Amino acid sequence: MSLTTGVPAKDQPVGDPPASSAPAFELKAAAFIMPVIRLLRLDMDAVEAQLMPKVQQAPAFFQHTPVVIELSALPSEDEEVGFPQLVGLLRGLGMIPVGVRGGGGAQHEAAKAMELAILSDKTKPVKTSVGDDVAPEPAVAAQAIGSPVGVETGSHLIDRPVRSGQRVYAAGGDLTVIAAVNSGAELMADGNIHVYAPLRGRAIAGLRGDTKARIFCSDLQAELVSVAGHYRVSDSIPANLKGCLTQVFLDHDVLRIEPF
Amino acid sequence: MARTIVITSGKGGVGKTTTAAAMAMGLAQRGQRTAVIDFDVGLRNLDLIMGCERRVVYDFANVINGEANLNQALIRDKRCEHLSILPASQTRDKEALTQEGVGQVLDELGKTYDYIVCDSPAGIEHGAVMAMFFADDAVVVTNPEVSSVRDSDRMLGILASKSRRALENDEPIREFLLLTRYSPERVARGEMLGVEDVQEILSLNLLSVIPESMAVLNASNAGNPVILDHESDAGQAYADMVARYLGEERPMHFLEPERKGLFSRFFRG
Ligand SMILES: Nc1ncnc2c1ncn2[C@@H]1O[C@H](COP(=O)(O)OP(=O)(O)OP(=O)(O)O)[C@@H](O)[C@H]1O
Ligand SMILES: [Mg+2]
Repeated sequence: MSLTTGVPAKDQPVGDPPASSAPAFELKAAAFIMPVIRLLRLDMDAVEAQLMPKVQQAPAFFQHTPVVIELSALPSEDEEVGFPQLVGLLRGLGMIPVGVRGGGGAQHEAAKAMELAILSDKTKPVKTSVGDDVAPEPAVAAQAIGSPVGVETGSHLIDRPVRSGQRVYAAGGDLTVIAAVNSGAELMADGNIHVYAPLRGRAIAGLRGDTKARIFCSDLQAELVSVAGHYRVSDSIPANLKGCLTQVFLDHDVLRIEPF
Repeated sequence: MARTIVITSGKGGVGKTTTAAAMAMGLAQRGQRTAVIDFDVGLRNLDLIMGCERRVVYDFANVINGEANLNQALIRDKRCEHLSILPASQTRDKEALTQEGVGQVLDELGKTYDYIVCDSPAGIEHGAVMAMFFADDAVVVTNPEVSSVRDSDRMLGILASKSRRALENDEPIREFLLLTRYSPERVARGEMLGVEDVQEILSLNLLSVIPESMAVLNASNAGNPVILDHESDAGQAYADMVARYLGEERPMHFLEPERKGLFSRFFRG
């Protein structure tokens, strides 16, 4: 279930290396999680006006984040997309636009001219109920960097603290953490996230759009919580929940954070 | 097989070199054959704190480049026969330490020493990465303030993913916390984080709490690791650290200001 197909490379020699030289690289296939900006209209001024406040809400979420521009929801494949303005806007907000998905031939040519990759359309994004033009809907799933978590099994258990800068992703299932998740760390799961220790970093459940996913934790002090693309940052997470059993879930498109 | 211990921190100036010198001396005084290596290329000061700066002929980089052999570069400590120092180069650029070269030096030291203590530069630059790569144990030196604690957390994350043990899927590095420059009075006044606050965030095995102490400055001026100053609070706290590292149980000292008060802080709501 990956968008970036990559090259299946099993120790393929590249040319004939001189006998003494050790291999300097390996070619591998990897897939990454990236937010997708699904354009619904061609009015880039409107995109800008609506995107700015979102980014200001959670600047860290977007800083240096690679993003994909999704064209499939646009009314027509023939109309011109204002890539220069859009790319400029995204870069200006700290994001790194890497490619486009969907759309037609002329749009692809314009995208290439802006050094954007044309990403394969094989995997359709999981439809979410997000009614928001530019919610950072995570559309692609794969193992995240930085942490030794397998992608095969349905659920994962982490029993060591998740530290600042580490990311853990449970593909296709739940993630359970029985040690602290520190500020600057990030948890992601396609299913639910359970944290039986202080949650001080970010938790992103229902990464591929499962609106039934929930986050359960015994001590909520998170920087960000998100279910199926609906998120809240610490400023808008009630402070009085520190130390109580709390769940985060979607109720008709509204993200609710409640003790239980 | 020798155990390689890296003394590391995210933030600079927290007391790594002071700690490397004290721990190496402490281990050696307990009869463990110990080598202490300075990885801080260009900023060497381990030799100053060890008081052997005038005896440096060759350094770590010379050994890696094959310009000297290990025995020529190692300086035997005059106070303790089990201790040797491998100084850093003051002149070379940081890239002088290659991973392969460092690995070979550690392997060779491992044949004759029980412990190899690596004094790392701060942060995640090349020298620090080299110092941590081969580590079996890590002592994360942290001051009781928010920025230092957060940087330590980040270092721990890097240790867990970038070391040889992590890359080879070996048993993870044993991680220890050392709190230094601790001032119970300032903790009581709320100007510094307390031990328990730091422990709550980092959840690590705490080796010792080293108090803020004049003895440290006096010791480094004299070129004597502070652990040799048995009368001093810092010297005793470092002696406790070495004992606990070797598996002894000892109660924590130097946590309280003159008398009373500290723990009550933690137990209110
Ligand atoms: N417990 C202590 N009490 C008082 N001063 C201390 C203590 N520990 C260290 N210092 C002082 O703090 C300064 C920095 O110590 P040290 O050189 O050991 O830190 P470092 O972490 O090695 O620094 P760098 O990151 O630059 O290598 C020195 O002046 C030292 O004397
Ligand atoms: Mg130092």
